[in-house]
Amino acid sequence: MSIEVISVKNLRFRYNSLDVLSEISFSLKTGDYIGLVGPNGSGKTTLLKVILGLVRPDEGEVRLFGQNSTDFTQWQKIGYLPQKPAALNPHFPVTVGEIIALGLLSRKKYPRHMNRSDEAAISSVLDLLDIRDIRDRLIGELSGGQQQRVFLARAIVNDPDLLILDEPSTALDPETRERFFALMGSLNKEKNMAIIIVTHDTGNIGRFASKLLYLDKKLLFFGSFEDFCGSTEITRLFGEFSQHVICHRHD
Amino acid sequence: MDITEFLKYGFVQRALIAGSFIALLCSTLGVFLVLRRLSLIGDGLAHATFGSVAVAMLFKMSPLYVSIPIVMICAVGILRLTEKFRVYGDAAIGVVSSLGIAAGVMISSVAGGFNVDLFSYLFGSILSISLTEVYISVGLSAVVLFVLSFFYHDLLSITFDEEASKVSGVKTEWMNTLFVLLTALTVVLSMKVVGIMLISALLILPAVTALQVSKSFRSTIAIAALVSVVSVISGTLISFSLDLPTGASIVIVNFVLFSMGLLYKRAAGSA
Repeated sequence: MSIEVISVKNLRFRYNSLDVLSEISFSLKTGDYIGLVGPNGSGKTTLLKVILGLVRPDEGEVRLFGQNSTDFTQWQKIGYLPQKPAALNPHFPVTVGEIIALGLLSRKKYPRHMNRSDEAAISSVLDLLDIRDIRDRLIGELSGGQQQRVFLARAIVNDPDLLILDEPSTALDPETRERFFALMGSLNKEKNMAIIIVTHDTGNIGRFASKLLYLDKKLLFFGSFEDFCGSTEITRLFGEFSQHVICHRHD
Repeated sequence: MDITEFLKYGFVQRALIAGSFIALLCSTLGVFLVLRRLSLIGDGLAHATFGSVAVAMLFKMSPLYVSIPIVMICAVGILRLTEKFRVYGDAAIGVVSSLGIAAGVMISSVAGGFNVDLFSYLFGSILSISLTEVYISVGLSAVVLFVLSFFYHDLLSITFDEEASKVSGVKTEWMNTLFVLLTALTVVLSMKVVGIMLISALLILPAVTALQVSKSFRSTIAIAALVSVVSVISGTLISFSLDLPTGASIVIVNFVLFSMGLLYKRAAGSA
């Protein structure tokens, strides 16, 4: 049975009296895999932050699993991979294992000490992402691609129902990127995990995601790739080239 | 006189017991402060402590009891200035710090000038610590260490990535308030050990020393604690045997260990 995991209605977010987001309404169900695309500064990351309750909208409503996002408590259902943590201190003395364990906090009761089932979950995700051999390494010693896999491990260690990824493939080389998207595809299909992924990789997203959300401060398009690629209305709105870039590898 | 002779003195025993607990407390909290780039909050709150000690002396009350609530209010003030009024963190610390010093100087002036007691808080007097102060220091240190241990994962999460920690269900605003309150309590408890002028050294130096050699977050805290306790014990004993100021001796030992940490890192890096 498919459950509504995100519901956004008439969302508006302003910063310094300027509309960063307005007239945004859409919903996401379990099993959906949505590519969130749009030009730089179009409000993609802000939209994710509003959805997650990290910033408050000026108008409208966001519901997560039927609960208002400002009162939301079931964080164990959500995995979040922020944009390449810009503030990541390369000298922070934390190991891969310690970082992944932080992803389990939402399902723990105080004092939130780790137990055997937590260790099993960490072990399983280390294998899934092929990072077991770097478990005891410090995060600052790793390459960008390895760090990205560690943060993805933190996001999925809880086996969430909804996975929110903000530009996850930026630091990855083409081969790792391919494996990354394949993994997302299998999580989506095998576990029915809803995925929303912000990406500039418009040439690739059509191969993996089932729906497209095109944002430019307003929601310009939300629907299936078939609708996006077959519509003359879309050609008029985005131009033939833009439509072609997104659609050409979707077959 | 050898070390065993020193240890027979009650005031030395009291100094070492209270000093060790406070060293543990400062080093543990210090790791979080340094990694959150909040090192100087200790300095700012220490200056606020100066003002509060002057208030206590004006009304002839115990500096510890007067300072704890005042410095806690200052700590929350710094937090609110940054969160609600968007004042930069270092500027907010500067505001509270200068206000604390100004208040201290003004009150001391009204009370008839600086006296010996106030200087003992400025530069520390761990060897004059009373039995009651030992009980209070050990008791409150144990409480703060327990709270830090209870919220260890939340604090690590916020320190590493505050945004992601919110999505892990950590109540970040509440946790930040708790964190600055614990810092305030720690600063007040430490004033007798190294003195108001040197408190930030007890918070910062063991943490930065540990950061040179640690291989995980847990080991950072363990090494910082070890460095801090060793510094307080050896600094106290050195000061007593060589008749040097205790607070300054503790800081110098801390600095020597930090230098050794830097050399170790350099040697390990070139190996």
